[in-house]
Amino acid sequence: MTGCVTCLTRACDGKEGKRLVSILEVSDLAVEFNTIEGVVHAVNGVSFSLDSRETLGIVGESGSGKSVSMMSLLRLIPEPPGRIRSGSAWFDSSKGRVDLLSLSKTKRAAVRGRDIGFVFQDPMSSLNPLMTVGEQIAESMRLHLELGDREARTRTVELLDRVGIPAAAERYGNYPHQFSGGMRQRVMIAIAIACGPKLLIADEPTTALDVTVQAQILDLVKSLRDELGLAVIWISHDLGVVAGLADRVIVMYGGLVAECASVDELYEQPRHPYTEGLLEALPRVDQDRGEELRSIEGTPPDLYTAPGACPFAPRCSYTFDRCRREVPPRYVVNNGHDTACFYDLAERRPRSE
Amino acid sequence: MQRYLLSRAVQSVLLLLGVIVLVFFLVRLTGDPARLMAPREASAQDIAELRALMGYDRPLPVQFADFFSGAIRGDFGNSVHYRAPAMALVVTRLPATVELALSALLFAVLVGVPLGVIGGSNPGSIWDSLARGVGLIGQTVPNFWIALIFILVFSVNLGWLPSFGRGHWNSIVLPAVSLGLFPLGQIVRLMRSAVLEIRGEDYIRTAYSKGINDRRIYVAHVFRNAAIPLVSMLGVQFGYLLGGSIYIETIFAWPGLGRMIAESVAARDFPLVQAVAVFTSLVVVAMNLLTDVAYALIDPRIRYDK
Repeated sequence: MTGCVTCLTRACDGKEGKRLVSILEVSDLAVEFNTIEGVVHAVNGVSFSLDSRETLGIVGESGSGKSVSMMSLLRLIPEPPGRIRSGSAWFDSSKGRVDLLSLSKTKRAAVRGRDIGFVFQDPMSSLNPLMTVGEQIAESMRLHLELGDREARTRTVELLDRVGIPAAAERYGNYPHQFSGGMRQRVMIAIAIACGPKLLIADEPTTALDVTVQAQILDLVKSLRDELGLAVIWISHDLGVVAGLADRVIVMYGGLVAECASVDELYEQPRHPYTEGLLEALPRVDQDRGEELRSIEGTPPDLYTAPGACPFAPRCSYTFDRCRREVPPRYVVNNGHDTACFYDLAERRPRSE
Repeated sequence: MQRYLLSRAVQSVLLLLGVIVLVFFLVRLTGDPARLMAPREASAQDIAELRALMGYDRPLPVQFADFFSGAIRGDFGNSVHYRAPAMALVVTRLPATVELALSALLFAVLVGVPLGVIGGSNPGSIWDSLARGVGLIGQTVPNFWIALIFILVFSVNLGWLPSFGRGHWNSIVLPAVSLGLFPLGQIVRLMRSAVLEIRGEDYIRTAYSKGINDRRIYVAHVFRNAAIPLVSMLGVQFGYLLGGSIYIETIFAWPGLGRMIAESVAARDFPLVQAVAVFTSLVVVAMNLLTDVAYALIDPRIRYDK
């Protein structure tokens, strides 16, 4: 992977001269899946860093590799058929700085749930139907924090209360099917934060919920983040949700990082044609009625071949021959903003080198 | 929970009453019982006398009322062949069949559950191939054939195990293994596919994301969920085995219900056939009811249903 990976270096020269400590540095992560039809190149060299207490939004359409790359960090993808082809992910765990991708099974289990909490997309299927919700929260605390049964129970009830489950003490012994979708996602969040992690990875946690519940869950995560000083990676395909939550956003396409910028800059000055297309496709309140919603022509790439070109080239209106020959490196736009595109959107011409 | 169990109990009782009715009329459908019971050379006069003696000359509703009122009290009349109360005869055969059924099921569970779980949790491994092989063989090889092979190998050639009877402690080995082979195949296949499926469930990924180790994942999360289909299958299988195996009990001269069915049908001992039929239905229904109870105990989603 060539190019200037500013998202990696940004941690050292952050805003206002304040040195921020990066708690996670992922470089050149590549993940593939062996399927009957061939090898699916799901993630093709993703690099980014995350500062402590920072919220990073990761957006992209289905199949862009956003969930797979984040789950790969904790090796939560099924292996086989999945395989981490390359990359490193240095993380500040409670037991020192470790490369998540090369940890032994036991050490990895010690990081999961303890230092990194995970919230998944579908709360209906993410909880064990035969175990009480209280038990599912207490389970990891007994394991990581070595709490006794009574302590774990007391702390679980506190957690249930904190994530907004009414009558928490009585709900401890309830089973998942007795909870609504929103309530189950609150339980999932309680599980994720139970052992006091540094990092919360949320994989489209509001996608399966209705809009009002989405807003409640979003507010809950925000308040927990501020209260507990969490760093958050929020995976979403909803640019609106990410805008209201993230400090910085990574846009993924075809298993690659297309653009990375602070949230304000990304929405105001997108420098990747894909980001631009996504933002133009958003319906706006001030749009004329009767005006048709814009969309990006074409379909996402099938990823059966390893990328040898810009994955967005077939759908891009700025494509020229270089885009079909090379994978674009991540060009620096300014400090903290980079774009993987051979075309300079600001200058409206191909980049010269 | 109580309502669920009560409704299942009521259903079971209704089912049994239905079976009693069915048994009565199905036996009548096979023709005139007196003619079927009488020896071939009997005259029309003899048959008429026999018919009157057995009470089969009365109008059908009267016969039915008589049979039904006796049946619900457990009285199925006297066995023609043994000249003793039919139900009492059935009950004397029960211990042998229970012993055989339990041994067969125990063998199937002890071998099948671990093999299925290991196979399902290591897909593509040698254990998985073994599990799939055992599953296939267990379900496709007829048990009367394997029983004969076992006798040939272990009794005749090697002389390790007795080939018939129920006297010695080791005389149960061959019949139990032969009889257990089919449920073994089913259990292996069921456990393998259940574990394989549950491994990929979202809640297992959640458990891994909490840092739970493999052993606890399998014991607390995978196995408990796989136990739901297992319990319902064991209930059905055990009920089926308790009905007695005609082939296995006949081949090994095992004095159980299965052999009694074969004998009573051959002897056209109608009261005994009726008693065995109703009794095996009772056992199957009772096992299904117990299965439902166990099912409700394992799965909270059923426990709280209206």
